[in-house]
Amino acid sequence: MMFVPGNNPGMMADAHIYGPDSIMLDLEDSVTMAEKDTARLLVYNALKSIDYGDTEMVVRINPLNTPYGKKDIEAVVKAGVHVIRMPKTETAEEVVEVEREIERVEKEIGCLGRTKIMAAIESTLGVVNAYAIATASKRMMGIALGAEDYSANLKTQRTPGGEELRLARETIVVAARAAGIDALDTVYSNLNDMETFRKEVEFIKTLGFDGKSIINPRQIEVVNEVFAPSEKAIEKARTIIAAIKEAEKKGSGVIAVNGKMVDRPVVIRAQRTIDLALASGIITEEDLK
Amino acid sequence: MNLTNSQAGTLESGDIVVRLAPGNGKGLEINLDSTVAFQFGRQIEQVIRETLTGLGIDDAVVDATDKGALDCTIRARTTAAAVRATGKDVWQD
Amino acid sequence: MNTYKERMSLVEKEAKALGKEVYDDSKQQKDPTENILRQEKSPKLATLEEAIRKSGLKDGMTISFHHHFRGGDKVVNMVVEKLAEMGFKNLHLAASSLSDVHKPLIEHIKNGVITKISTSGLRGDLAKAISEGLMENPVIFRSHGGRGSAIASGDLHIDVAFLGASSSDALGNACGYSRSENAKSICGSLGYALPDAEYADKVVILTDDLVAYPNTPNSISERNVDFVVEVDSVGDSSKISSGAIRDTKNPRDILLAQQAAKVIINSGYFKEGFSIQTGSGGASLAAVKYIRNKMIEDGIKASFALGGITAHMVKMHEEGLIERLIDVQSFDKVAAESLKCNPMHKEVTSVEYAAADDLGSAVHYLDIVILSALEVDVNFNVNVLVGSDGIIRGAIGGHPDTAANSALSIIVCPLLRGRIPCVVDEVTTLITPGSTVDVIVTEYGIAVNPRRPELAERLKKAGLKIVDINSLKEKANSIIGDADALPFGDKVVGVVMNRDGSVQDVIRNIKA
Repeated sequence: MMFVPGNNPGMMADAHIYGPDSIMLDLEDSVTMAEKDTARLLVYNALKSIDYGDTEMVVRINPLNTPYGKKDIEAVVKAGVHVIRMPKTETAEEVVEVEREIERVEKEIGCLGRTKIMAAIESTLGVVNAYAIATASKRMMGIALGAEDYSANLKTQRTPGGEELRLARETIVVAARAAGIDALDTVYSNLNDMETFRKEVEFIKTLGFDGKSIINPRQIEVVNEVFAPSEKAIEKARTIIAAIKEAEKKGSGVIAVNGKMVDRPVVIRAQRTIDLALASGIITEEDLK
Repeated sequence: MNLTNSQAGTLESGDIVVRLAPGNGKGLEINLDSTVAFQFGRQIEQVIRETLTGLGIDDAVVDATDKGALDCTIRARTTAAAVRATGKDVWQD
Repeated sequence: MNTYKERMSLVEKEAKALGKEVYDDSKQQKDPTENILRQEKSPKLATLEEAIRKSGLKDGMTISFHHHFRGGDKVVNMVVEKLAEMGFKNLHLAASSLSDVHKPLIEHIKNGVITKISTSGLRGDLAKAISEGLMENPVIFRSHGGRGSAIASGDLHIDVAFLGASSSDALGNACGYSRSENAKSICGSLGYALPDAEYADKVVILTDDLVAYPNTPNSISERNVDFVVEVDSVGDSSKISSGAIRDTKNPRDILLAQQAAKVIINSGYFKEGFSIQTGSGGASLAAVKYIRNKMIEDGIKASFALGGITAHMVKMHEEGLIERLIDVQSFDKVAAESLKCNPMHKEVTSVEYAAADDLGSAVHYLDIVILSALEVDVNFNVNVLVGSDGIIRGAIGGHPDTAANSALSIIVCPLLRGRIPCVVDEVTTLITPGSTVDVIVTEYGIAVNPRRPELAERLKKAGLKIVDINSLKEKANSIIGDADALPFGDKVVGVVMNRDGSVQDVIRNIKA
């Protein structure tokens, strides 16, 4: 998941060319109070007009207890965002409130249930409530760690090895797994130290995280390399894609693999696995024929 | 509609600054300075005009400095300038 | 007949038979002055004004310059200022290239001092003024190889060449660097100045470091030099790597560079002994870094790197990855220093570099070239000279030379620059014909010229995203909309020569 400031149209226009799995347009920390209104309009118009291909589009909104949160939700739901990312989530109730707002807007425009939620956990209270947050809504698709605020709240500092994040990371992965959703790790902000970045990505993959948040396209290659899919995953993805092609040929809308129904997110994930495998050079187009 | 002077946008590449001022009763007057004026000037002016008209603004002086913004950005910055000039947001409070 | 006197009648007879004079010892004048003082009295030493006067320069003649100091050049403005002061008119200025720094030429054109220009490129205010119709005569644009050929063949006859050098002795042995402790400047290779030195009727060296004879190893030989002028400064070396050349942190350039490197590695040409050239764009320079990693990994070495030589190339040479460097122009100070110190880093003239009609020119033995572009079109034609706003803003350089003779030419170009489309229906100006271009790399996919199906096949096999060039153009249109036609006038402000000496395209004036 690549972070892109919501007030930077140049970066928003071509963020997807670098091939991140998902893009998070930010209305929160990277936008000053004076620019919240225009950033919201930029994000709204970008989501409506720019062809981001099959990149998952996420918007980080401002908290509902600010004057911006509600308007953010209205704008991005109307623009058709895939996922709303809640910042600084501490309780399940906050998730329910956001869900209520989303539903209100979705009803107004007639697309109930379209928008998913992901929650960033950035405080000790949030970590303690991780499982409750992860299970607070059917729309919840993932939880993520925000390490800066969390370590400040813990009254400690960030260290290169990230010892201060141990409990938070493990708790978030376990909560996400137990809830059946994704777990995403925090950003690594030193762009010039790719060595340490790679070590951190390897480490969080071992912990069980599904992905890493990044702040610059230059970090994508490392994440892709570390998260390159296993042969088994590729094989499974190929079976699914083959089944779809077969179904399309027959004109059938229903797809089943090994007797199990396959729905759209699974197909998208399978395609992503293939793309990732292609991108990391494990397989070639030739292999797919 | 009553307008106060307002502005939105930046001079970064891919962005546009839109300045709005009350009109002289002569409709929309758009002064565009653009790095892509030859090829896209007409289109940019049209987007600004349509956006403002859509928001009910048909008498204003617009000064726009464009650095190669896409239409969606022009629409966003124009709307933001209009919202700031009228004090009337496009989203519910 | 054993004395000289006795043999004199025979000497006279043989002299007569050979049609020669008999040696006259009374004419012999031996100069006892010591060598250092004699150098000071070299008849070639002159002020700029004396050199101009003695050169026999007349109104209407052709003067020439090189652009090895790029944006830091001081020679063109200094000399033309002096010529204006001396009252010259109607001169033809034939430079290897011109840049932003040559803005003062606008006044000299208005005042009739300069009435014709030949160059590889134009930038900045001068380019804009000329695009808007400043000059009566169109500017003649040639590639570097094309200029070399034109000078050698006499198509472009130079009356007086004014060549800046970072060191010269009093006789005119000159270099683009200096070995003395008083060195003030360095530009490395003088490749674009060498044909001028060889073929111009008169050659004036301007130098900011007059050194003791012999200034060897020399680049320009005293045999070709008529006058040596000492000046305060010939150029600001810190600017030779500015302008087009930069080391990129731009993620888009890095993405393009990675893709270009993958194209090279999987092209079939990436093997022991290959040869390579990179252009001056950020992406093509960055591609070299990725190629280097793969060379180390696979144990592959290149026989030579050509062209504008950069610090990256020098590093790879020093690491043993590139056997030889062939340098017509040093793109940065590291390259310039290397040229000075390293015999395997060879300086070549623009003729030896890229002339179409010289079978020994290095481009004929080039496997791979990576180039940048302002625009490419659906027929793979490339424009590197005129912006999509119709204003001249670049230089032909060695682009068409290297594309034409390399085994594999790769153009690296973003699909869009802001709202400016770089993949279009038809390029604004035809510089490098599509018949010489093989691959176009964009951030939205890689297009392979249909002439090269075997190449497309190889790249597809390697998992690269090969797309139809038309789909790239359509993608660009879908993002930015259709551009309106440019408001060109009817006046021809520029003529683009093909490297073979034929006229290839014209540039018309753009409305101000």
